[in-house]
Amino acid sequence: MTAALLELQRLEVSYGGIRAVKGIDLTVADGEMVCLIGANGAGKTSALKAIAGLLPVARDSVRFAGEPIGGRPAFELVRRGLALVPEGRGVFSQLSVDENLAMGAYSRRDRAGVRADHERVLALFPRLKERHRQLAGTLSGGEQQMLAIGRALLSKPRLLLLDEPSMGLAPRVVARIFEVIGEIARQGVTVLVVEQNARLALETCNKGYVMESGLITLFGDARALLGNDAVRKAYLGE
Amino acid sequence: MDTFIQQLINGLTLGAVYAMVALGYTMVYGIIQLINFAHGEVVMIGAMVAFSVIGALVGADTGLSAPIIVLAGGVVAVPLCIAVACTMERVAYRPLRAAPRLAPLITAIGISIILQHLAMMLWSRNPLAFPQILDNRVFHFGAATVTSVQLAIWTVATLMMAALSILVYRTRLGIAMRATSQNPLVAGLMGIDINRVILATFALGAALAAIAGVMVGTYYGIAHYTMGSLLGLKAFCAAVLGGIGNIPGAMLGGLLLGLVEALGAGYIGDLTNNWFGSNYQDVFAFIVLILVLVFRPSGLLGERVADRT
Repeated sequence: MTAALLELQRLEVSYGGIRAVKGIDLTVADGEMVCLIGANGAGKTSALKAIAGLLPVARDSVRFAGEPIGGRPAFELVRRGLALVPEGRGVFSQLSVDENLAMGAYSRRDRAGVRADHERVLALFPRLKERHRQLAGTLSGGEQQMLAIGRALLSKPRLLLLDEPSMGLAPRVVARIFEVIGEIARQGVTVLVVEQNARLALETCNKGYVMESGLITLFGDARALLGNDAVRKAYLGE
Repeated sequence: MDTFIQQLINGLTLGAVYAMVALGYTMVYGIIQLINFAHGEVVMIGAMVAFSVIGALVGADTGLSAPIIVLAGGVVAVPLCIAVACTMERVAYRPLRAAPRLAPLITAIGISIILQHLAMMLWSRNPLAFPQILDNRVFHFGAATVTSVQLAIWTVATLMMAALSILVYRTRLGIAMRATSQNPLVAGLMGIDINRVILATFALGAALAAIAGVMVGTYYGIAHYTMGSLLGLKAFCAAVLGGIGNIPGAMLGGLLLGLVEALGAGYIGDLTNNWFGSNYQDVFAFIVLILVLVFRPSGLLGERVADRT
């Protein structure tokens, strides 16, 4: 068993007076690809935001590479190797594609490395290469999602967090996005993805957690979850 | 025709100053959606500091040439104004960042009053006359004239605005400023410490304001502790005219407002059969403000590209 890169211990998140996450345990080992699935409002996004430093949580409830990081501000966590692709993509619509990517590399000082990674991301997403000088706001939804993922990759993350990457996109585009996420994982980046499209998430990942009204109700091998009757009924529409 | 050219020259000078001050309003608004009504006071402090430095150097009989002395005024005024602006951000605005928008706005007015009265106590309640050291050479164009001070103001303003444009559109800090202004939360996810970016924005605005203060002081030859309020309000009008939050808009708005004011003052007597005189000069900025708010609230360049989500 490899060491845990991310470890949540009894993570609680309150958000606007509501306890959205009511004490969950979750582990992502180095090199794993893990998904967190569940219905709308189950607390998935709150959990992810808390990990990334966007919501206040207890210090010891989030550990990254062995160190407690709960409650540290987001900008600091990026430097430690944690990147979040937020729900709704969050591209800077008034900045060009290139400028968006440059912001992804904001915390890095190795110019040559950044330039090489910039090229690598453009190679990974040829659509972005064609439009690299265009304002991000003029891209289609799928292109914006690619930009958001590429931008996160430019911070050279050890752990990539993705919040609903399929949201609002056509099925064909969603399939392509998940292909790319799989590719990123194979290149050695650890991935934790929150997703409502449970089938696609479980088919792509090797481990899965199921969240229901603020609690983890099931977890295990992704394949096993795909075959689990409760999961099939509740999330796969069978 | 000579009046026209003369007022054009005066208007460009005034406009250059308005543009420099309007940039401070628009950059701060762009990044934290606050109209920093104390910004005019930063200009005033710039002029006051320059007055003291220039006075001291002239009095000390250093033998330095006049342009060097004025430059020294600017060199001292810039860091002091930056310190004032950064202090107000840190002490007054940052704690209110999550508060309803009215709270920081009222705070800004409060800061403005505090700074005015501090300046009154530190310097004087009376207008302070700048030592007339620059030999104001006059160049003639027909019956119109340009002075060397006006030429210097144009040159410095152009250089400063060019430098600012490069900073905002070409450098890492500039892109981070624009990113933060669009979405501070996501900017944080990029590893940007938005508190530092916001401080840098205040500092840049203050540097421009300090230089504008030195310009106004040497152009009119006078500094007074209330000089920042009307100047600040007019520069705010210029920022709204260009489109608040829009950097090229502030430059354009400042220049246009200066021209409108100078031409208006030059012709209002003829046009109204001397019912109104050039003492109505100050009215034009606010007429422009009202017209913009009624007919084009987003300002001249304030149109935003439609966002897809």
